[in-house]
Amino acid sequence: MKVLAIIPAYNEEANLPVVLREMSDYAGGVDCLVINDGSRDRTAETARAAGAGVVSHPVNLGAGAAAQTGFRYAVRRGYDVVIQIDADGQHDPRDVPALLQVLGDEGVDAAIGSRFLEDRGYRPTRMRSIGMLFFNGLATILTGQRVTDSTSCFRALKRPVFKFFAEMDYPTDFQDADLRVLMKRAGFRVREVPVSMRPRLGGRSFINGIVPAYYVFKVSLSILVTLLREAPRPRRE
Amino acid sequence: MNIRVQVLAVVIGLGILVAILELIRKRKLREEYSVLWFATGIGILVLALWFPLLERLTSLLGVVWPATTLFLFGLIFLVLISLHFSIKISRLTDQVKDLAQESALLSEEVSRFRAQSAVPGDRPDSLSSNS
Repeated sequence: MKVLAIIPAYNEEANLPVVLREMSDYAGGVDCLVINDGSRDRTAETARAAGAGVVSHPVNLGAGAAAQTGFRYAVRRGYDVVIQIDADGQHDPRDVPALLQVLGDEGVDAAIGSRFLEDRGYRPTRMRSIGMLFFNGLATILTGQRVTDSTSCFRALKRPVFKFFAEMDYPTDFQDADLRVLMKRAGFRVREVPVSMRPRLGGRSFINGIVPAYYVFKVSLSILVTLLREAPRPRRE
Repeated sequence: MNIRVQVLAVVIGLGILVAILELIRKRKLREEYSVLWFATGIGILVLALWFPLLERLTSLLGVVWPATTLFLFGLIFLVLISLHFSIKISRLTDQVKDLAQESALLSEEVSRFRAQSAVPGDRPDSLSSNS
């Protein structure tokens, strides 16, 4: 089974070496691909020096677009499983084997890391937890399945899922509750897996600079149109 | 309707048509983007010259002054044109994103193949420096 870890990165030269070293320590046998989303620092060189494959966007396209480039790479290179993990060190590579193990189950298409399934000490700020509560609640109602961490992009996907993401009109910025609703509508079976969340090692988050109101509006609108559209029918190989 | 308003409307309508035609002639505007602009120019011209139609529309809308109807239609067309642009820009954004992703994937593939086929004495960047 060929497994690829995709690591979207924008100006993450400080954190990448740590994440890549931990990936080889705790998730051996997994190929690492850093998608450099038009960084202005030495993200690409740092990743290459650490032995990872690198795909560099000529311009900054957004975190979602970087993930999609990773999905497209995985489809072309014939990977069976894609693990998506943040470059900022918030996701702990020690949790990768747990994600892969859950994915080993025949009836699971996607394993998604959740910070809230077990109390592992993660405490979001008040504004953030209100937003999370709202989208988790919405996703739980709309998918009929308990969603505890809709914003999580720490996940392992089987080929039909990432092939679907590679070919669809994937969001270029936030990858949130709308994707959970979409995956449900596409008929994919999702299971959450408890993971730990660490504080950022350094640098700035993708979401900090963006007005939270726009974020809530955009994801809500995206959920609404996902429900209004005809349910997608991904081809299974 | 005041004759001066009528003249102004005719001038604006003709001005739009001439400007659009000239831009297409100079290849600064693509034909497919000109449709709504032509409709706007012709619409203003027709309403300005065909007074009975303008009066019918004015009474239909319950507006007092016919010139208001004229500029209301101009405004509606401008909104349509802006919407048209938003749609086109959204499509262009998608296409640019796809192209950037494709270029990123291809350049990774090129550098991988170069590294594989690197022969001693054959500099991997010799291809690009020759071109």
